[in-house]
Amino acid sequence: MKKTENMVWRFFASVRLALFTLLILATTSVIGTLIPQKNPLDFYIESFGQRTAQFFQLLDVPDMYNSWWFLSLLSLFSINLIVCTIDRLPNVWQMVVLNNLETDPERLEKMPQRQLFHARGSTADLTETAIALLAKNGWKAAHEHKPDGSLIFSQKTPWSRLGVYAVHLSILVIFAGAIIGSLLGFKAGVMIPEGSASDTVYESGTGTPIPLGFTVQCDDFNVAYYADGATPKEFRSILTVQENGKTTIDKRSIIVNDPLNYKGITFYQSSYEPMQGFNVVITNTNTKASQSFQIPFGQKISWTEGGIDFGIINQEVRSRMGDVNRLKVWFSDGQGEPSIFWMDNNAIQTITNPAATYEFAASQVYATGLQVAKDPGVWTVYAGCTLMLIGLYVAFFLSHRRIWVYITNEENGDRCRILVCGASSKNKIAFEKEFAALIQGFTNDSSFQNA
Amino acid sequence: MNSSQLLGITTFAYLFSAVLYIAILVFRAKKIGLFATLVTAAAFLVNTAGIGLRWYESHQMGIGYAPLSNMYESLVFFAWSIALVYLFMEIRYKNRLLGAFSMPFAALAMILAGLKNPDIKPLIPALQSNWLIAHVITCFIGYAAFAVASGMGIMYLVKDRKTDKTAGPLIASLPELKVIDDIIHKTLVFGFLWLTAGIITGAVWANSAWGTYWSWDPKETWSLITWFIYAATLHARFTRGWGGRRIAWLAIGGFVSVMFTYYGVNYLLSGLHSYGGN
Repeated sequence: MKKTENMVWRFFASVRLALFTLLILATTSVIGTLIPQKNPLDFYIESFGQRTAQFFQLLDVPDMYNSWWFLSLLSLFSINLIVCTIDRLPNVWQMVVLNNLETDPERLEKMPQRQLFHARGSTADLTETAIALLAKNGWKAAHEHKPDGSLIFSQKTPWSRLGVYAVHLSILVIFAGAIIGSLLGFKAGVMIPEGSASDTVYESGTGTPIPLGFTVQCDDFNVAYYADGATPKEFRSILTVQENGKTTIDKRSIIVNDPLNYKGITFYQSSYEPMQGFNVVITNTNTKASQSFQIPFGQKISWTEGGIDFGIINQEVRSRMGDVNRLKVWFSDGQGEPSIFWMDNNAIQTITNPAATYEFAASQVYATGLQVAKDPGVWTVYAGCTLMLIGLYVAFFLSHRRIWVYITNEENGDRCRILVCGASSKNKIAFEKEFAALIQGFTNDSSFQNA
Repeated sequence: MNSSQLLGITTFAYLFSAVLYIAILVFRAKKIGLFATLVTAAAFLVNTAGIGLRWYESHQMGIGYAPLSNMYESLVFFAWSIALVYLFMEIRYKNRLLGAFSMPFAALAMILAGLKNPDIKPLIPALQSNWLIAHVITCFIGYAAFAVASGMGIMYLVKDRKTDKTAGPLIASLPELKVIDDIIHKTLVFGFLWLTAGIITGAVWANSAWGTYWSWDPKETWSLITWFIYAATLHARFTRGWGGRRIAWLAIGGFVSVMFTYYGVNYLLSGLHSYGGN
């Protein structure tokens, strides 16, 4: 029993499994980039035929990144990471906190980097000199008296050994964030016409209504174009949030890349839809009387108090979507000939009549398309990403470097034997140079003689 | 002088630089070494000036943006990154033979850019984000490192194949296999860090624009596939002691995946990054 347990543990802790999982994940991920994802069944039948489509259905290919087998692979990957970490971390931690002043002198003689010196003087004096030399080269040292002399030790970034585990942990943190997001969050969308409000959004894919607990009103929506007249420059919605009859956010404008967040729910500018209708504001500049209307296309409207009849009798659209570029207005205040004119959408036209001067403002009614997301896991994911970058930097570019200086009295005479040695957890070539510089420092000091 | 002209000159200068480095290798013409370095450095400066001028020109047109937002601009920046990574390696390893296996990539990137439309087009709303700049810079420094690593992989295989037989002086002049292996490893590690940063900045940008940091669109997925390949490569080396030919092949294979992520996805698959194909 013990043996099988051990074998199972070895299996899940192995790097072989990690390599296998990484390559299987890489290979299977390709499938979803070749076969379009999340389309209705009919699409697959049409593109691949009945039998293949059924086969796809069986293996969840149309939504493979959420399929049981892909999630199982990711779970296997996570278990591998966890078991591997539990398996190795204790030993690595031992190396980080190890008291290197207790290193067995015999092991010092076998360190990858070594240099032997001789010197006259007491171990105490030489210890002091050596510590000063180390400090001069950037090595802060501690020392301990030994029965036969003295051992000095200095190290740099022992914690860099943990870098690789920080990276492994960061992957698990990112997964945790993704799970939090998928369990407690949602992705949804809603179209809100200008002047309207909504307290419900609709889940992406399923269309399930999700109540917000507050209402979002679209006060205004505008598309701005570049000078070429075709490339959109900016989509901007003005949103007002009301909760329990109170306005909690008043006329906040959102654009793509600058969403609105309210109570953990974020509203992203994502699309728009031109509607069949216009917002019209008429102002009599003499009497200062003003009135706004939301009117349909091609219908005669009366403003009785102002004594005005008007309507929009023609329109010129910019695109197949139906965005109105210019509109033709019929306007009469009952005095003389009615005015008929073309004006730009979203502009103000001045009408000078014998009786009065009017300002006529018109803009097409739009509905703003908002993407609505609640993702309480996103900061966990970002924390994981940050940890991953720090971990990778530490794991790749920092190493645990250790230097010992072992000073012993020689059996005959007043001379001391000095062994300078060191080791590095990685990047041996750089450490070789660093060690050579330190040895140069010892060689240049008159107290020490190369052996 | 406009930016397209400067970048046209850059293309020829990189091509010239690549030819010089190859000449050093093939004819063992060490004398022209310094000249090759100067040409490369000059080409890099012209490339930098070209990118800077394009930035300035976009501001003159009233649509100012960092020139990193379409295929043409990214290829120009890719070439710039390759030259930067290569020059750094030449200084660090004091070996000009690496140039014969690196600078052709920079020249190739500029030639591909030459096939694209260099018109400065205004940015659609989704691209108006500082995360775009961070995303493109991090990705392409990573891609450049992977390009150079694959060049070193080719160099390794060339040297290794020839040492089986009696090595000619041409091959003998290449760095020792052990040294090339170390360079490949260091370049891969460097590239992996930047690729990771590139994927992360892309995710943050996607989240600020669309509210989803990851949506498994083909470009995202391919960048992750590339990440898996290099992660596997580094693990094979660190923990299973792989080296030599196997890592050289993986460096080349990894770069094929990089190129598919960058180039292939835009033309063969569809997705969110479709604007990158123009």
